[in-house]
Amino acid sequence: MNETHKVIAIEVLRYRPELDEKPFFQTYQVPFTEEMSVLQGLLYIKDELDGTLSFRWSCRMAICGSCGAMIDGVPMLGCHTFLRDYYPNKVRVEPLAHFPIERDLVVGADDFIGKLERIKPYIVPKEPRTLAEGEYLQTPAQLERILQFSSCINCMLCYAACPQYGLDPAFIGPGVLALLHRYNADSRDAARADRMQLVNAEEGVWSCTAVGYCSEVCPKGVDPANAVNQNKTASAADYFLHWLPKGSGK
Amino acid sequence: MDVFKADVAIVGAGGAGLRAAIAVAEADPSLTVALISKVYPMRSHTVAAEGGSAGVVQANDSLQHHFDDTVTGGDWLCEQDTVDYFVAHCAEEMVQLEHWGCPWSRKDDGHVDIRAFGGMKIERTWFAADKTGFHMLHTLFQTSIKYPSIKRFDEHFCCDLIVDDGRCHGVLAIEIGTGEFRLIQAKAVIIATGGAGRVFRQNTNGGIVTGDGMALAYRYGVPLRDMEFIQYHPTCLPGSGLLITEACRGEGGIMVNKDGHRYLQDYGLGPADPWPRKKAMELGPRDRLCQAFWHEEQNGRTIATAQGQAVHLDLRHLGKEKLHQRLPQICEMAEAFLGVDPVYAPIPVRPAVHYTMGGILVDTKTASPLPGLYAAGECSSIGIHGANRLGSNSLAELCVFGKVAGSEAARFARSIAAANSTTIERQADAARQRAMNVVSRSKGSERISVLRNEMALSMERGCGIYRTGRDMQDTCDKIDELKLRYRDVEVGDKSSVWNTEWLLAIELGYLLDVAQAIVYSALNRKESRGAHQRLDGFDQRDDANYLKHSLAHYVDAGPPRIDYGPVAITRSQPGTRAYGAAGEQAERDRKRAGAAHE
Ligand SMILES: Cc1cc2nc3c(=O)[nH]c(=O)nc-3n(C[C@H](O)[C@H](O)[C@H](O)COP(=O)(O)OP(=O)(O)OC[C@H]3O[C@@H](n4cnc5c(N)ncnc54)[C@H](O)[C@@H]3O)c2cc1C
Ligand code: SF4
Ligand code: FES
Repeated sequence: MNETHKVIAIEVLRYRPELDEKPFFQTYQVPFTEEMSVLQGLLYIKDELDGTLSFRWSCRMAICGSCGAMIDGVPMLGCHTFLRDYYPNKVRVEPLAHFPIERDLVVGADDFIGKLERIKPYIVPKEPRTLAEGEYLQTPAQLERILQFSSCINCMLCYAACPQYGLDPAFIGPGVLALLHRYNADSRDAARADRMQLVNAEEGVWSCTAVGYCSEVCPKGVDPANAVNQNKTASAADYFLHWLPKGSGK
Repeated sequence: MDVFKADVAIVGAGGAGLRAAIAVAEADPSLTVALISKVYPMRSHTVAAEGGSAGVVQANDSLQHHFDDTVTGGDWLCEQDTVDYFVAHCAEEMVQLEHWGCPWSRKDDGHVDIRAFGGMKIERTWFAADKTGFHMLHTLFQTSIKYPSIKRFDEHFCCDLIVDDGRCHGVLAIEIGTGEFRLIQAKAVIIATGGAGRVFRQNTNGGIVTGDGMALAYRYGVPLRDMEFIQYHPTCLPGSGLLITEACRGEGGIMVNKDGHRYLQDYGLGPADPWPRKKAMELGPRDRLCQAFWHEEQNGRTIATAQGQAVHLDLRHLGKEKLHQRLPQICEMAEAFLGVDPVYAPIPVRPAVHYTMGGILVDTKTASPLPGLYAAGECSSIGIHGANRLGSNSLAELCVFGKVAGSEAARFARSIAAANSTTIERQADAARQRAMNVVSRSKGSERISVLRNEMALSMERGCGIYRTGRDMQDTCDKIDELKLRYRDVEVGDKSSVWNTEWLLAIELGYLLDVAQAIVYSALNRKESRGAHQRLDGFDQRDDANYLKHSLAHYVDAGPPRIDYGPVAITRSQPGTRAYGAAGEQAERDRKRAGAAHE
């Protein structure tokens, strides 16, 4: 790189469980250009300054969901956050909050993946159909109901933003509840009743205290808070249904 | 060492790997599937595909049309019997995805909508807004959770195959989070590790697309076929190479040079009107568009940007509403990465490496020449792309041949007994030692990033849009040199937990092997065909000598041996690949000739 480049200080939380007793900050001086993302800054560190820094990444275009981190304290995608917006100040990069640190910027995602697997994230068909019968019909309006909630890239930023998940890791949490809602709201699906049991359970929607920060940090406009809310209404309706005399309401 | 015994092991959980896993589970739920991926499945690079996936549905379309577009587009280097199977099964797989919940874009009547795509004569591209690959991948991943027989090994890095007595018996993987080795023993192994775009500098691929599976199969004697055919995508962001989907042009976007001129009409792709029009101008095939860019750049008619030369992709006339509804991701990307709002300003674009047409040699049923080893997806060469892939044929390929690979591997696994465990464990120990050597070697003198950058730069020079013998020879020499220097590669990180430097070093080894196969295959093909275009006196297609597949064979400590195999031609004889007005005339001539025969 030539001297005309600006240089920004990137302060990264380091933690290597085999070497370090506890996490510490390490600062790197990184030359950068206008279009360089925070991820590109980390890649520069890895290639040129310190090969031992570990972090997840792949697509570079905000779609694979790998590169979430706390950037100056806010959950963001490293590939979609730009160094120009922090300069001339330093920028601080830490692992996503509320998750166990495995090493450096890498956090354990097992809990999130386990929750995702638990909600039956697949179509249980209302009416089975053979391939020869062709596609199910779905109007653009019906599609619209699920499209936003099916745009989740599983980046877990909303979990890092959610105070409730921070307090109680049993909470299913915003992203997975949005996905659950996506399947419940699908015109082709019949497993809503099963999934609603999870929604109604203690770790379901009622854990949410309606802070709404999850939707604010979501890079894909999924609006998980909205999904949680819709399910609170649905969950409440289910609850009252429960008290009706047998035979009515169904 | 920890051992897991599976019936079928699948390396790679992108579109092809997931589809294969589901196919095994559906073929026989009693078979155990080990699904191994170095990233969580939904991080696989299929996620980045935007445009769409092919499948004939329209009344005015036919399998014959899809066949013709594919074979013509591939400059007749396609296995025509395999293309027949492919086009006949695309739509069915797209319907299957629909049943599994894929949110395909819809028409008002509730049927799935389709769009036009480059090189396709008739609309047959299924799409889910401009996130088709994302939705296909998440649908497949989430559906795979339904099958208890699929046991996932997420964030496991495959570092070797276990081959004994002429058969593949499984793979050795490193659990990235702990650095522990795991032997995954299996009766059949499917490689579905995707492409190798990272061999080049400016590319549209994710960091994980490093040709791992290709290199692994290659090292065990499986030839890599047609590796010289590297597809450049004409509309990428300068510098980063990030892709601006072809769907922009499908929706009516135009490309202009620094004078505001729609220059494609000067390269046999016109006339410019009527517009938009399939298989002409901006919707011509990718290789032609990239070549036109190269000439414009040579002639000083491109636009200088901070990241190098570019042309303009202009979408402004589509209007805000259509742009936001049909191409939301592109609007967002242009804004974030360039500070350009496509509603009001054109997007600077240039060609970048996008797709590897070649790959692991497999037969029509995805079996490689090594018994027990199968391959599907971008890592494989089943023969449908020929010398140039058509956009939207690849996502369809993942499903059509992912499924075939799954059922074939299941059949094979049922037909044989598991091999002797002690010999296999001995093999695995040796493989483990080799992987450990990369990190435990005392002190290397070569930096990973230096070797990787030198490789990528040299490959871009030698295996660009246009090639010459001299440049290719230089790149051959360079890659040979880098392979020697690689023996001294330095891994400073000696820890076990998330040692990504170690994995980068192993990946670099894979990249160099694949790069070598690419450039030697290119140097040896003394003609121009599809994505392989030469300027040094071999600027014509030469069917007499080169209507054949190249095969690169791995040679220990030396450059690959290149030989050739036949092309299956059933009913389409090589003709002229013409687009635009010339293309329409050629098609009329072909039809007239056909009619005269009847
Ligand atoms: C930006 C972009 C846009 C595209 N758009 C289109 C389009 O519109 N239409 C179309 O038809 N095609 C498109 N393509 C091409 C198409 O998306 C790819 O060819 C296809 O998705 C590849 O899928 P795959 O399953 O073969 O591999 P991938 O999805 O790349 O998956 C590879 C898998 O292998 C795993 N893996 C690799 N190495 C190892 C290892 N050593 N150990 C363990 N696991 C490993 C990875 O973790 C991953 O799970 C596009 C490509 C790009 C890059
Ligand atoms: S809802 Fe948004 S923030 Fe949460 S995981 Fe999904 S994409 Fe990420
Ligand atoms: S690298 Fe894929 S989301 Fe950032």
